[in-house]
Amino acid sequence: MSTQAPRQGLGEWLRSEQPASRNQARLGQIWRTWVLFTGNRLGMIGLGIVVLLVLVAVFANVIAPYDPVLGGDLRTERLLPPSMAHLMGTDDLARDIFSRVVHGARLTLMVVALVAIIATPIGLLVGTVSGYFGGWVDTVLMRITDIFLAFPRLILALAFVAALGPGIENAIIAIAITSWPPYARLARAETLTIRNAEHIDAIRLQGASSPRIIWGHVVPLCLSSVIIRVTLDMAGIILTAAGLGFLGLGAQPPQPEWGAMIAGGRRFIIDYWWVATMPGIAIFTVSLGFNLLGDGLRDVLDPKADK
Amino acid sequence: MALIEIENLEVTFDGGDRQVKALKGVSLSVDEEDSFGIVGESGSGKSTVLRAMCGLAPVTGGRISIDGKPVSAPRDQAFYRRVQMVFQDPYASLHPRHTIDRVLSEPLAIHGFDHAEKRVEQALEDVGLGSGFRFRYPHQLSGGQRQRVAIARALILEPKIILLDEPTSALDASIQAEVLNLLDRLRGERGLTYILVSHDLAVVSHMCDRLMVMQSGEVVEELTREALQAHQTTKDYTRNLLTASEGFTRDAARQR
Amino acid sequence: MSSLLSVENLRIAFPSRQGPVEVVRGVSFSLGRERLGIVGESGSGKSQTGRAILGLTPVTGTATADKLEFDGIDLRNATPKQWRKLRGARMSMVMQDPKFSLNPVMTIGKQLMEAVKLHGGKSEARDKSLAMLEAVQIRDPERVMAAYPHELSGGMGQRAMIAMMLVTEPDLLIADEPTSALDVTVQIEVLRILDRLVSERGMGLIFISHDLRLVSTFCDRVLVMYAGQVVEELDARRMNEASHPYTKGLLNCLPTITGDTRPLPVLARDDAWLE
Repeated sequence: MSTQAPRQGLGEWLRSEQPASRNQARLGQIWRTWVLFTGNRLGMIGLGIVVLLVLVAVFANVIAPYDPVLGGDLRTERLLPPSMAHLMGTDDLARDIFSRVVHGARLTLMVVALVAIIATPIGLLVGTVSGYFGGWVDTVLMRITDIFLAFPRLILALAFVAALGPGIENAIIAIAITSWPPYARLARAETLTIRNAEHIDAIRLQGASSPRIIWGHVVPLCLSSVIIRVTLDMAGIILTAAGLGFLGLGAQPPQPEWGAMIAGGRRFIIDYWWVATMPGIAIFTVSLGFNLLGDGLRDVLDPKADK
Repeated sequence: MALIEIENLEVTFDGGDRQVKALKGVSLSVDEEDSFGIVGESGSGKSTVLRAMCGLAPVTGGRISIDGKPVSAPRDQAFYRRVQMVFQDPYASLHPRHTIDRVLSEPLAIHGFDHAEKRVEQALEDVGLGSGFRFRYPHQLSGGQRQRVAIARALILEPKIILLDEPTSALDASIQAEVLNLLDRLRGERGLTYILVSHDLAVVSHMCDRLMVMQSGEVVEELTREALQAHQTTKDYTRNLLTASEGFTRDAARQR
Repeated sequence: MSSLLSVENLRIAFPSRQGPVEVVRGVSFSLGRERLGIVGESGSGKSQTGRAILGLTPVTGTATADKLEFDGIDLRNATPKQWRKLRGARMSMVMQDPKFSLNPVMTIGKQLMEAVKLHGGKSEARDKSLAMLEAVQIRDPERVMAAYPHELSGGMGQRAMIAMMLVTEPDLLIADEPTSALDVTVQIEVLRILDRLVSERGMGLIFISHDLRLVSTFCDRVLVMYAGQVVEELDARRMNEASHPYTKGLLNCLPTITGDTRPLPVLARDDAWLE
C-alpha cells in the first residue's frame, strides 16, 4: 500500500490518476463505479430496500416486539386488526404478524443468498467452458442445460421435495438447480463474443493455458451481465420460494416464511385482510427492491463503458 | 540460413458449407535482424500470414520453420519465448479489466521469470511510459499509450522475432511517428527481427529493408526498399499501389 | 464568390462531471461553390463541426454560433420542417463506412428511390436512381439496385452512398472521412468520381479528414483544426507555406516512400495551442 495514504485524504487517494499499487487501482475503480451508481435514484432506492432487508434479518431479534412462533391469548388476541400494539395485526393463532414478517426476512434472505451462491458459479462455469471450447464440449454441456431448462421451476421443485421431503433447505436446493441454466446460456453468449477478441489472442500467444484464460480473462468480462441477471432473478426466486411455501412444500409451520403466511391467511382474506396482505406487501417490496437494484447495476456495469 | 522460412503456406477457413482460401501458397524468408514488410489491401491475406505463424489460423498446407526447425503444432512455450506479436487495434488488444501491471506481469508468471517487479518497471521505461502508468486501466490511456503497452508486452518475454500487424493504422499521424520511431529504436538496441504488415506503403518503406506485395492470398512481388523507391517494379498491381499512394491528382483524372 | 455557407464563432459543448466541455471553440469560415477541407486528428472537433452544419449535433450537446447561414437561411433557429426541406434536398452528408451508414435491410434501389421521392419526383424515381448509379461509375446499375448493402464491396457501397446523397442534387455536400475505410486504390477511384460530380454540378464540398496530404491534393482550401479551434487556414496549393507549428509538424511527421529521415520528426505539442 502507498505510504502516502495517511497524508492524502481518502477521497483523493481513491481518485488518483496514478495509482501506486494494485489495491489502490482496484479500490479506485470500485469507488468510481460507486459514484456512478449513486447518480441513479431508483437504483439507490433498490439498494436501500435490499440493505433494509439485510438489517432487518440480522437484527430480527431486536426489532420484533413479540415472539414469532408463540402466540398470545387464543381467546382475545386472534385476528386483531393493525393497531399501535400490533403494527400489522395478529393472525388466527394470535401471533403478531409484524414479528413474523421481520423473522421471515431471515428466511427470505437465506433463500436468496444460498440460491445465488449455488447457482451463479455453476452457471458461469458451464457457460464459459461451453462457449470457450465449442465443439462437442459445447454440445454436451448445452444439451444438459436444455434438460434443466425444460422443467418449469415449480414442477422440478415439487419433484425434489417429493424425493427429499419438504423443508426450506430442500426447497433452496430445488430452486438453485433450476436457476443456473439461464446464467449458463448468458455466460456462453458473452464468451462466444469475447473469445474472438484480440486480447484473448494476445494472452494465448503468451502461452496461457485454457483454464487461466477462462478464469482470468473470460469470466471477469461475463461477470457484469451475470450479476445483473441474478439480481433481476431474485424477485422470481423469492416468489418461487413463496410459491413452494404456499403449497406447503417449502418452509414448514410454524416457520414464518412469507409465502406460507399468505397461504395460511388465504381463507381470512375477506374479513381479516391483513393476515395475507402484510406478508404479500413484504414480498412485493423486496422483489421491487431487487429489480430496481438490478436495473441500476445494469446502467453502471454495462460493457459499453469498457472503452 | 534464414531465421524464418515459410514455404507454400496455405490457409483455408471453414465456414460450414463454404471454404475460403485465405492463403494460396505463400513463401518468404527473413534473415536474422532483418525488417521484412508485407503490404497489401484488404483481403490480401497479409494479416493471415502472421496469424498462421502464431498458430491462430488454420494451416492446410506448406511449412513454417524457425531456425531451420519446423514449428510445433500446437505451438509450445519455447515458441512463445521466441516469437511475439503486436496487434492492430490498441483498443481491443488490452484486457479492459486488467491493470497495465497485470498485463505485463502475467506473461512473466506463465513462463516463470524471476525479478518480475523489476522487469515490469524496466519494460515500461523502455517504451517511454513512466512508472505512474503501471496501475492504470486501459481506458485511462490514449491510443498511442496503449500501443506502447502492447509493445512492452510483446518485448517482456525477450523474444527475438516480433510480428507487427498494422501497429499504427489505428493511431493519429503524429502518434504514428512516435510509435514507429520507438519500434525502430528497439529493433536497433535489441537486434530484433521484424515482420511488419501494413496497407500503407509509406510506413512499410520507412520501416523495412525488404518487402512483399500480396493480393488475394498470393504473393505478387518481392522488392527491396531501394527498388520500391525507384519504382522498379515489374507488376502492374505494385505500380497501381505506388501511384495511388501518392494521393489524388487531377491530371490522372483527366487522363481517364 | 458568393457565400453558400457562413459560419461564425461556432461553439459546441457537451456536459461532463466537471461541467460543460467545449469540443468546438469558436470556429469561423465561409464556403462558396468550392472545396474546403477540414483536417484534424481525433478529438479536434472536425466531425462535430460538420454535423452542426446539418443540425445533427447529438441531443446531449449544445451548438451555438454568432452566425450559421446557408444560402441566406439562418440555420440556428431552423424548425424541424425547415430542416426536412434542407437536409437531403439542398445539403447532404456522406459518412465513413457504408456498412454502417446504409440501411442493411433495404435494397440500394429502395433507399435511392426513397431519397428521390421524399423530395418530389415520384414518377422518375427509378430512372433518376439508375442514372445516378451510372454517374458514380457502377457498371451494372440494375444489379446494384436490387442488392443489399452487405452484398457490395466497400468501394461500391461508398459509391452507392454518394449516389444516394447526390441524387437530389444538393448545393452542399459534407463528406466526413468518406474514403478512410477504403483501400488506397479504391480511394482514388471514389475521389475521382466525387471530383467530377462536384465540378459538374457546381456544388460546395466540405471534406473532413485526418489525412492532411490527401486533402491538400483534393481540395481548394484547407482548414486545420486542433483541440476545437482552427489553427490555420490556407490555400491547398500553398501547403508548403504553412506557418502554424502544428500544421508544419503534421506535414513533417508523416513517413514517405521516398523519404529517408530517421527518426521521423515528432510533433511537439505546445500547450499554447490550446488557447
